[in-house]
Amino acid sequence: MEKKELTNKERLAIPPQKMPEQGPKERIGNVNEVPYGFTEEMAVAEAERCLQCKNAPCIKGCPVEVNIPVFIKFIAERKFREAVAVIKETNVLPAVCGRVCPQEEQCQKPCTVGKSLKSVDKAVQIGKLERFVADWEMNQAGSESPSIKPSTGKKIAVIGCGPAGITVAADCRRAGHEVTIFEALHKPGGVLAYGIPEFRLPKKIVGREVDNLVSMGVELRTNMVIGKIYTIEELMAEGYEAVFVGTGAGLPMFLNIPGENLNGVYSANEYLTRANLMQAYSFPNTDTPIARASNVAVFGGGNVAMDSARTALRLGAKNVYLVYRRSHEEMPARKEEIHHAEEEGVQMNLLQNPVRFIGDDKGWVKAVECLRMELGEPDDSGRRRPVPIKGSEFTIDVDVCIVAIGNASNPLIPHTTPDIQTNKWGNIIADPETLKTTKKGVFAGGDIVLGAATVILAMGQGRKAAQAINEYLATGAW
Amino acid sequence: MNKILEKEFFSPQVFRMKVEAPEIARKRKAGQFVIIRVSDAGERIPLTIADANASEGWIELVVQAVGKTTTDLSKLSPGDSLHDLAGPLGRPTHIEKHGTVLMVGGGIGIAPAHPIAQAMKAAGNTVVSILGGRSKELVIMEEKMKAASDEVIIVTDDGSYGMKGMVTDAIQKLIDEGRKIDLVIAIGPPVMMKFVSLLTKKYDIHTLVSLNTIMIDGTGMCGGCRVSVGNESKFVCVDGPEFDGHLVNFDEMMQRLSMYRDQEKESIDHACKLGLR
Ligand code: FES
Repeated sequence: MEKKELTNKERLAIPPQKMPEQGPKERIGNVNEVPYGFTEEMAVAEAERCLQCKNAPCIKGCPVEVNIPVFIKFIAERKFREAVAVIKETNVLPAVCGRVCPQEEQCQKPCTVGKSLKSVDKAVQIGKLERFVADWEMNQAGSESPSIKPSTGKKIAVIGCGPAGITVAADCRRAGHEVTIFEALHKPGGVLAYGIPEFRLPKKIVGREVDNLVSMGVELRTNMVIGKIYTIEELMAEGYEAVFVGTGAGLPMFLNIPGENLNGVYSANEYLTRANLMQAYSFPNTDTPIARASNVAVFGGGNVAMDSARTALRLGAKNVYLVYRRSHEEMPARKEEIHHAEEEGVQMNLLQNPVRFIGDDKGWVKAVECLRMELGEPDDSGRRRPVPIKGSEFTIDVDVCIVAIGNASNPLIPHTTPDIQTNKWGNIIADPETLKTTKKGVFAGGDIVLGAATVILAMGQGRKAAQAINEYLATGAW
Repeated sequence: MNKILEKEFFSPQVFRMKVEAPEIARKRKAGQFVIIRVSDAGERIPLTIADANASEGWIELVVQAVGKTTTDLSKLSPGDSLHDLAGPLGRPTHIEKHGTVLMVGGGIGIAPAHPIAQAMKAAGNTVVSILGGRSKELVIMEEKMKAASDEVIIVTDDGSYGMKGMVTDAIQKLIDEGRKIDLVIAIGPPVMMKFVSLLTKKYDIHTLVSLNTIMIDGTGMCGGCRVSVGNESKFVCVDGPEFDGHLVNFDEMMQRLSMYRDQEKESIDHACKLGLR
């Protein structure tokens, strides 16, 4: 049965489909995912909004260059299996990326539909469609593993089972190499497992993706802290001809203000790791505790700060203050995350900066002293520099504080591998195209190279690295 | 899977456990630790490696069952396996010839002191060891420490064995006798390490302490293990576990160790209610 082709005008007239989600009141009482995902009908309607532009500006906006118009066309035709297959050619983690990528900054930003309707918010919701087909596939019995070339007999070590490492492992395995992933923690996934909360990325999705890798024949070794149990040199001596370092974010940064080691002051990494990886939200059914609090202050304005604030609400906090030294406009977090946080009742304390933590007689934080700020001249980043207002000190009563101001790089691998060069921040220096480090046979990507980046940028580097590794193993040329 | 090969109780709560871990046994050096989990719902806790044998492929842990995880661990038997074991972590003790090294081990702290004493002796030092415990049964590994030391002094709080008093009394006695001490390494309860450091600071004797803080990852990622050392924040898992005892803020560290005291009790009560013990 031939369906009549829609005209562009008709396509532009289809309203953006709204993804149903848990209401704010309800969802802060659980850790379940907030948006439920599109129904089939919604997905097809959304897919029909796509104009199938010949020049496909969206693809250029995607760090792994998913063939977006083609997969969307398959959705419009209800050929969901084909749609997933198209995505998986270049993206091994569609269910993850559909959820956590900042599409409004990437593929959806240049979308012609959004441009025609004069709002990026009205662009085709590529991320939500990606999520829809990835979830659809998970619910089908027996999803097929991608095809794997005959064994080359060559061994590759991937250090860190986060987004970058997973991508490298998949792409190198497909090329027929023997791949072993060494993960430092007891669970694979990296930041997907310890950092991004359950309500944004259900852990069973991460588990599924990793299971897929294992069923492709990738060997996964957890509890392996490379740099300690083996150095890179030792791995190479064991026969790994190429090594990819994807160890991720390192040491959490602190504010370096008095009282920061009081009980109840956490780094976002620790707070989120306790909640997610260690499932402290189920305590005492699980063994790892997390401080219970009525009043929580989170410092920072990025996605990690939003995740921390929203986690604190779910752990029972009555008041959660997000203390950020600039204004709403400068917040680096995704709009959607800020919106969700505000909807849930996170209080935005803007243009404020902490100066010291105040403890009680048992060594617990009980208040934080802050200064009010105003915006001055633009700084190097182009954002207006916050300047403290003299004499504007005030205190906020708190029982837990979470510092979410970023990470410095982890020295574990650079320290034990002196011939891998790092920059002045301690990040590994890697060629932006091939991800080659200064040591022959060793590649690096993701946060250990980029500093703080996103899941998809790490995956983008993983793809490039895998290509370069496959080439290096084929030719031996460095 | 890391199988438990042997288990032996020194006292109702203190036990040693030999665990199959060939890769760690090959790599570990004196002063390093591991992180374990006992079950899938379990907490990650750090334990110092007390001994290891590379050719037989095992490491030994000496543990006092005080919290939920250590109690769960004490219930495992040879043949069972640890759910997770990661290591070796932390920086090894820097071993060199100092002259006379005074090893001070309190309670289960004697266990990790043992490989350090061995290594220090092998490096040509004169090793004097002070072993302290509340009572006789808590002074563990006496024979092994004797073999690794030139001299061993035993101290118990209640006088049930050796000298009556605190380890600091024994250190004071050595100092009063005019013994030359080039380095003190103290491992034991935080309060013991604090008082040893206070005493040796008076006499300007370089002192290292091995800290055991709350940890999660053990790789520098969370910062939960941080301590103040000479007004700087340090991560015990990657910068330590050994630090200059004269610079460590012990009071802050002890406060941080007590952070989850109420929840630890709740965790144990909860397990009791479920009939898990
Ligand atoms: S235990 Fe997490 S940083 Fe040390």
